[in-house]
Amino acid sequence: MTEEPATEKKRNPIVPFLRVPEDPKQEPYLWGSKCKACGSVFLGERIACGKCGDTEPLEEIHLSGDGEIYVFSVVYQTVPGLDAPYVAAIIDLPEGVSIRGNVYGLDPEKPSPEWFGKKVKMYTEKVRTDREGNDVIAAKFRVLN
Amino acid sequence: MRDVAMVGGNMIKFGRYPDKDVVQLAADATIGALKDAGISINEVEMVASGNLYQSNAMIGQRIMKEIGATGVPVVNVANACATGSTAFREAYLAIASGMYDVALAIGSEQMGKMGLLGAGGGNRDYSTEGVMGTGLMPGVFGQAGVEHMRKYGTKMEHFAKISVKNHKHSVHNPYAQYRKETPLEDVMNARMIAWPNTLLMCCPTGDGAAAAVLMSAEKARQYTTNPVWVAASALTSDPWQERNPTMFDVNTVTRNAAKQAYDQAGLGPEDLTQVELHDCFATAELIHYENLGLCGDGEAGEFIDRGDPCVGGRIPVNASGGLLSKGHPLGATGVANIVEIMWHLRGQAGKRQVENSKVGLAHVIGLGSACTIHIIKK
Ligand SMILES: [Zn+2]
Repeated sequence: MTEEPATEKKRNPIVPFLRVPEDPKQEPYLWGSKCKACGSVFLGERIACGKCGDTEPLEEIHLSGDGEIYVFSVVYQTVPGLDAPYVAAIIDLPEGVSIRGNVYGLDPEKPSPEWFGKKVKMYTEKVRTDREGNDVIAAKFRVLN
Repeated sequence: MRDVAMVGGNMIKFGRYPDKDVVQLAADATIGALKDAGISINEVEMVASGNLYQSNAMIGQRIMKEIGATGVPVVNVANACATGSTAFREAYLAIASGMYDVALAIGSEQMGKMGLLGAGGGNRDYSTEGVMGTGLMPGVFGQAGVEHMRKYGTKMEHFAKISVKNHKHSVHNPYAQYRKETPLEDVMNARMIAWPNTLLMCCPTGDGAAAAVLMSAEKARQYTTNPVWVAASALTSDPWQERNPTMFDVNTVTRNAAKQAYDQAGLGPEDLTQVELHDCFATAELIHYENLGLCGDGEAGEFIDRGDPCVGGRIPVNASGGLLSKGHPLGATGVANIVEIMWHLRGQAGKRQVENSKVGLAHVIGLGSACTIHIIKK
């Protein structure tokens, strides 16, 4: 009797600018590209600089995942199968690029100007299983107190 | 560049037409515009057709097969919500360049029951929507309004008052899908869609069509003694901005288009007698008061508090009731708001008429982004 080798279930990032190391002991992280000419930072990989048009290969950089809320909305009506309401923010990262993110640790029923500039920290979470059975990993944010 | 006259225009009432197809809707609007201009399809030398969902299916040519396939050049235009106004601009450029003397711009869309969120699609397993923030319109325009709150302390009530104003205007517009006044309490307490926009602060979807006939000055004289003129046609895309594309930038693209349009017309915001601007959400209208220079930066809250943008106020904005009342059939929107201005300039706007209107500005944003501004004058 021979047994079929179990296909390895993978942990796939939901977006290309989130990197999930194969070694589960290593933390997933956000990454981006920095223009060598003008210093602009972009999420993930780029062919050229979207600000100055420079075509020298951009430098890959590690993004810290420590950011602050620039603005937000609280989304009540969303696509089927998602929990609502949720806080959908634009988060400024210290490396000079912004990212969209759900923020947890705030009361969605009480949106407030006090949320502007709040410090948040990235964490990752499995959000669903894809059709091949792999885990889909997303970056989320929680408020730092 | 030559002067361009707008000699005819028409639209159908926006709403739901489940028993008609979009070609019939567009044909209906177009035949009306041709009649208004006093010409037939045989005089038209080029056609620009704006339709977002059907531009990959030759809708412009299908409309011509319905109303008279004369073999003239037809271009199909898609530019998000600015689709119709970009088609108008193509027709404008065709005349201004000297290449043609009579051009037709058509905008049409059949949205069905698509709803605010639009159709899903792609690989849902890797969709970031609602998992890593939002990219759908209600949340995006919620954030755009919240940015104004952050900068200037604007309150939800300021945005809600815009919805009250536009719905009040809509009562007198027979072309609007919804014609019901909504008191402030109703707007504030309606079901929340994406804070701070409640259901009554979001434009409904719907079907619609509009058309415009443009001519060179010489040609226009054969048909009318009293055309209106396209004093400016500006189109911009969004320049680099530090948070874009994570956060769509609807401000810079509008400010750049406004500057171009005012320069081209040799006019300023103080010369305008009315504005039809892109109120896809109440939050959008408020930020565009400043982007178009109707008031100073940070003053939009007081501007609406004072009633300046009401019909009868200092500079009426969305006398038609805006997209919040008319609905927003994507490809039709940009042509329809220019036709609305034309009617006011001619004194044909019925009970919603802006008295003695002489110079109107029509503004449209397509997220992603495209901004068109047309200034139409007597
Ligand atoms: Zn650069």
